[in-house]
Amino acid sequence: MPVIDYKVPQSVDDAVSLLEANENAKILAGGTDLIIQSRAQSSPDLVVVDLKSLPDFVSANINSEGLSLGPSMSCAEFTAREDIKSLFPGLVEAAFLIGSTQVQGRASIGGNLCNASPAADTIPALMVNNALCVIQGPKGERRVSVEDFVTGVASNCMAKNELLKAILVATPASRTSDAYLRFIPRSEMDIAVAGAAVSVTLETDGTCSKAIVAIGAVAPTAILVDAAAKALIGSKLDETSLQAAADAASAASNPITDRRGTAEFRRHVVGVLVKRAALIAAKRAGDK
Amino acid sequence: MSEVKEYKYIGQRSIRPDGFEKVTGRANYGSDLNLPGMIWGKILRSPHAHAKILSIDYAKAEALSGVLSIATHDDFPDLPVEAVVAGEGTANLRDLAQNLLADEKVLYHGHAILAVAAISEAIAEKAVNLVEVEYEILKPVLDIREATADDAPILHDDMFTKGLEEVPTVASNVAARTEFRKGDVEVGFADADIIIEREFYTPTVHQGYIEPHATTVSYDESGQSMVWCSTQGHFDVRASTAKLLGLSLNKLKVVASEIGGGFGGKTIVYLEPVAHILSKKSGRPVKMIMSREEVFKGSGPGSATRIWVKIGAKNDGTITAMQSNMSFEAGAFKGSPAMLGGMTIFTPYDVEHMYAECYDVVVNKPKVAAYRAPGAPQAEYAAEMVVSELAAKLDIDPIEFRLQNAAKEGTQTIYGPKMKAVGLVECLEAAKNSPHYQSALKANQGRGIAAGFWFNIGGMSSVTINMNPDGTGTIVEGSPDIGGSRASMQMMAAEATGIAMDKFKPIIADTENVAYNASTGGSRTTFATGMAVIEAGEDIVQQMKERAAAVWNVTAAQVDWIDGVAVNTAAENRLTAAEICAGVGRTGGQISGRANINARGAGPSFAVHVCDVEVDMETGKVDVIRYTAIQDAGKAIHPSYVEGQYQGGAVQGIGWALNEEYVYNEDGILQNPGFLDYRIPLASDLPMIETIIVEVPNAYHPYGVRGVGETGIIPPLAAVAYAVSDAIKAPVTDLPCSPPNVLKIIQSK
Amino acid sequence: MTKKHVSTTINGDAIEFLCDPNDTLLDVLRKELSLTGTKEGCGSGDCGACSITLDERLVCSCLVLGVEAEGKNIGTIEGVSNKDQLHVIQEKFLEHAALQCGICTPGLIVSTQALLKENSNPTEEEARYYLAGNLCRCTGYDKIIRAVLDAADVMRGAA
Repeated sequence: MPVIDYKVPQSVDDAVSLLEANENAKILAGGTDLIIQSRAQSSPDLVVVDLKSLPDFVSANINSEGLSLGPSMSCAEFTAREDIKSLFPGLVEAAFLIGSTQVQGRASIGGNLCNASPAADTIPALMVNNALCVIQGPKGERRVSVEDFVTGVASNCMAKNELLKAILVATPASRTSDAYLRFIPRSEMDIAVAGAAVSVTLETDGTCSKAIVAIGAVAPTAILVDAAAKALIGSKLDETSLQAAADAASAASNPITDRRGTAEFRRHVVGVLVKRAALIAAKRAGDK
Repeated sequence: MSEVKEYKYIGQRSIRPDGFEKVTGRANYGSDLNLPGMIWGKILRSPHAHAKILSIDYAKAEALSGVLSIATHDDFPDLPVEAVVAGEGTANLRDLAQNLLADEKVLYHGHAILAVAAISEAIAEKAVNLVEVEYEILKPVLDIREATADDAPILHDDMFTKGLEEVPTVASNVAARTEFRKGDVEVGFADADIIIEREFYTPTVHQGYIEPHATTVSYDESGQSMVWCSTQGHFDVRASTAKLLGLSLNKLKVVASEIGGGFGGKTIVYLEPVAHILSKKSGRPVKMIMSREEVFKGSGPGSATRIWVKIGAKNDGTITAMQSNMSFEAGAFKGSPAMLGGMTIFTPYDVEHMYAECYDVVVNKPKVAAYRAPGAPQAEYAAEMVVSELAAKLDIDPIEFRLQNAAKEGTQTIYGPKMKAVGLVECLEAAKNSPHYQSALKANQGRGIAAGFWFNIGGMSSVTINMNPDGTGTIVEGSPDIGGSRASMQMMAAEATGIAMDKFKPIIADTENVAYNASTGGSRTTFATGMAVIEAGEDIVQQMKERAAAVWNVTAAQVDWIDGVAVNTAAENRLTAAEICAGVGRTGGQISGRANINARGAGPSFAVHVCDVEVDMETGKVDVIRYTAIQDAGKAIHPSYVEGQYQGGAVQGIGWALNEEYVYNEDGILQNPGFLDYRIPLASDLPMIETIIVEVPNAYHPYGVRGVGETGIIPPLAAVAYAVSDAIKAPVTDLPCSPPNVLKIIQSK
Repeated sequence: MTKKHVSTTINGDAIEFLCDPNDTLLDVLRKELSLTGTKEGCGSGDCGACSITLDERLVCSCLVLGVEAEGKNIGTIEGVSNKDQLHVIQEKFLEHAALQCGICTPGLIVSTQALLKENSNPTEEEARYYLAGNLCRCTGYDKIIRAVLDAADVMRGAA
């Protein structure tokens, strides 16, 4: 009997105390991963802690600094926000790609991040936007980058008595934008076989002055590929530099063969995605 | 060809009578019945692909509070080796029992071993996990090559290949060899200017019905029991369950619930006999529902195949010889549709020399079940790919090439009879003239054409139409309605009687309320049960005339029946059906029409599909961008549902061609038992599926009907795969055309 | 494990039930409340047969815990028609023969209703993507999409 109790805390502190008090307490965000995982035979008896009744956890605010995102806000609500979309189109498209309309109605970026699947769509998109995770524990809060937050396949850096309180994403610099692409066999519903997020900053003449490239589903965690970013920086994103970025991404990847694709295929396709995402990000940055 | 008849009701697009309860959620499917005192059954399944069962210890499960009964293989009586009807084929009774609950060995990942019934699902599940099974793990064989290797582990020590010239002395994983021959292929090949031979692979696929298998069984102390289940054939569920458990048929009432898809996969029993054992032992009604994972792991998929094809043609486009050697995986127990593959592979062609050898091979995968035109999609895929390649090599339009060699009335088939009037040529002509075929392709796009043949079957149907005192009537039929057949029964009853459609309510009766009906399978229902409806309708007309005659004191021969009204032209007397029904008390009692038939003369249905794809050359991803399905319906009773069969078949075939496959690891553990990774087509994957209904009437049916349900899944495999091959300019042989597979071909060009 | 008491609203009716914290909302609807119109095809959010609305938001009820229904407003297939009058979407599904076996139909109708609330004039592509989470194995989707687009036209008063 995996889910043995259900708790609705009245405050963040209350939630942290629940985590401390219960051996197998788990935060229920959208539930689209947790409820399925709880059905596995190996699952321990869970006490689920639902934070969706706390307003800060299900809302997103934009101020002069940038976006402060409640980790349990549904992807459906998140992706409908035009203000967020205009700032972080790549992050929004990553969130939009998670599952069906029905799954979007429940799934959240915080859940996607904490679940830390190697194939999570929003993680590379958060990484190229230098997002920060605000973690609340019994002794207060701490902030870590997304790459430090995700520590391995399905694991994150939080202690048992910590929870993700917010995700902060700074407003992009001028002429900077992002894009996220993933490869799936069908047009929807699948888990990413490979994913790539790219953020670029363009000079007025179209030269790329800054770039960040992150790839997903091709290693135990999403990874930043500096070599790919370097290949783009200083170029006008011509075919040669794009191909160099693609090759760098392929080289940096360390994929597995499974029911979703072969290692060989993933390594190749992640490069293709980096190229294509870089062009989309550049178009967006140039239009700004 | 017979003259075009004018029909009043058939050919309309009426609202299906069972539609209201289906759009409101009121229709009751396999898992929707709850009974007082009902408990829940769960199955323990093998975690191994191939193992000896050394011991089963269920003491802890039995001791768990809330557990009321346990079923194992030992609960079956000693069974003879006897065939029972299972869909479009037969199953051996002993194999069936071993598939339901394993005996000494488990033969696939997910093989059922034991079942528990408990007062809640959760307790039943917990109990299943308390069962301790000791296994001796054996090496699995996971495909035809492994199964037929010299040192292959043998699944069944007592299985010797049938159909060999010399009687084998060593057990084998090859259950049977069959061959079909016409002419002499060596002579034909000698005559050819060009010969192409290739070997093709198709993976294990699942029917993928959205409703999991489910049943509720209630046994009572008098020895009577009721089985409620989602099935394509409740009479065959009754027969199998009774045989397996040693019951007489009158002890067992089987009620067919609404059925949430089957495609052949719901023609055999998985749960019903087990639930019966659990119900009898506990004295409580038992409900069992498979999880989606269990459906993929434990119910019958369609065969994986390796098929070698060799075809020769002259430069003028005449095919001179066609040859194939095909192996079909049967899963854990013999009985793949290999023979049907041999019978169908070359049947769209009128060629003098043909030869097909077919092998039925057991492997450590679930026992295959019928899947829409079983055997034909795989076999005809291989043949159509080579036919298209030949046309291209000969620089002949692929439709013209097929027209030149098309089977038609009088063509000698490889399996025996000569073709009666069939619609292949008409389908090819329609394809050629379609706006789709005449449209141009762009870069990275390709087009595939493929034909498909399926026999269709007739078989036994029983129908009673009971007329009510107000002139309305109930059509009591016994063919589970899997895709709208009640609508066509209603229309045919109206056509036969001249009584308006909405006066008839069709119902699917249980096994106690109508005589035996063969399963809904083989595309038989609208054809065969439809014939019975027409005959029962004619019976009603005859009785109506007799009753009117009695009222008027004339002979029945003096009464005409015009649009549902009895007319005595001489005296200008008229009696409506309602008036006659209201007066039956004075004319001899109730009126009911009856027909018990074994329908023969099911007309084959040919199809031709045209598919355009676009390939992403950097990723190997294939998008179907335009699709047209053309098929001979004989006569379309309800054109919308005929189109629906064409579209549904086409899309299932597209899924087979593009992404669907069972993925096993080297230990034989199924890696994708769910809709997340067993990727069936989505709404967003597809364009509209254009349809053209060709009507070449079947002379054996009063309205010319041919079954249409199955043929539609045959052409897509080759239509899609050849379109891919056309786009990437390299041959495709192995399905699915998934991105990794297609990219590999592109990169190795 | 103790059952939890839940007060909720389903199709406008105030409903109370007891449920195990482990039960999904789908379990509760089907087993506890006999609302069997909502179907289970996979139990993992991959087929959409169990689609319902939760506070107007389309979700798979197999991915919602029953206890989460507390204080929420739930819409199921049983609440789509108005007494004996079918909803336009239901009528169009019948008219276009957009169902064969019918098992995916309740989920598709609930999803279509949610789609047309969000977007009264969807393109074919928008409809196909919105409904991508509703698997249908019988129809090939053609007639479903036609029914959806036709229903949208009628509901907008454009047809």
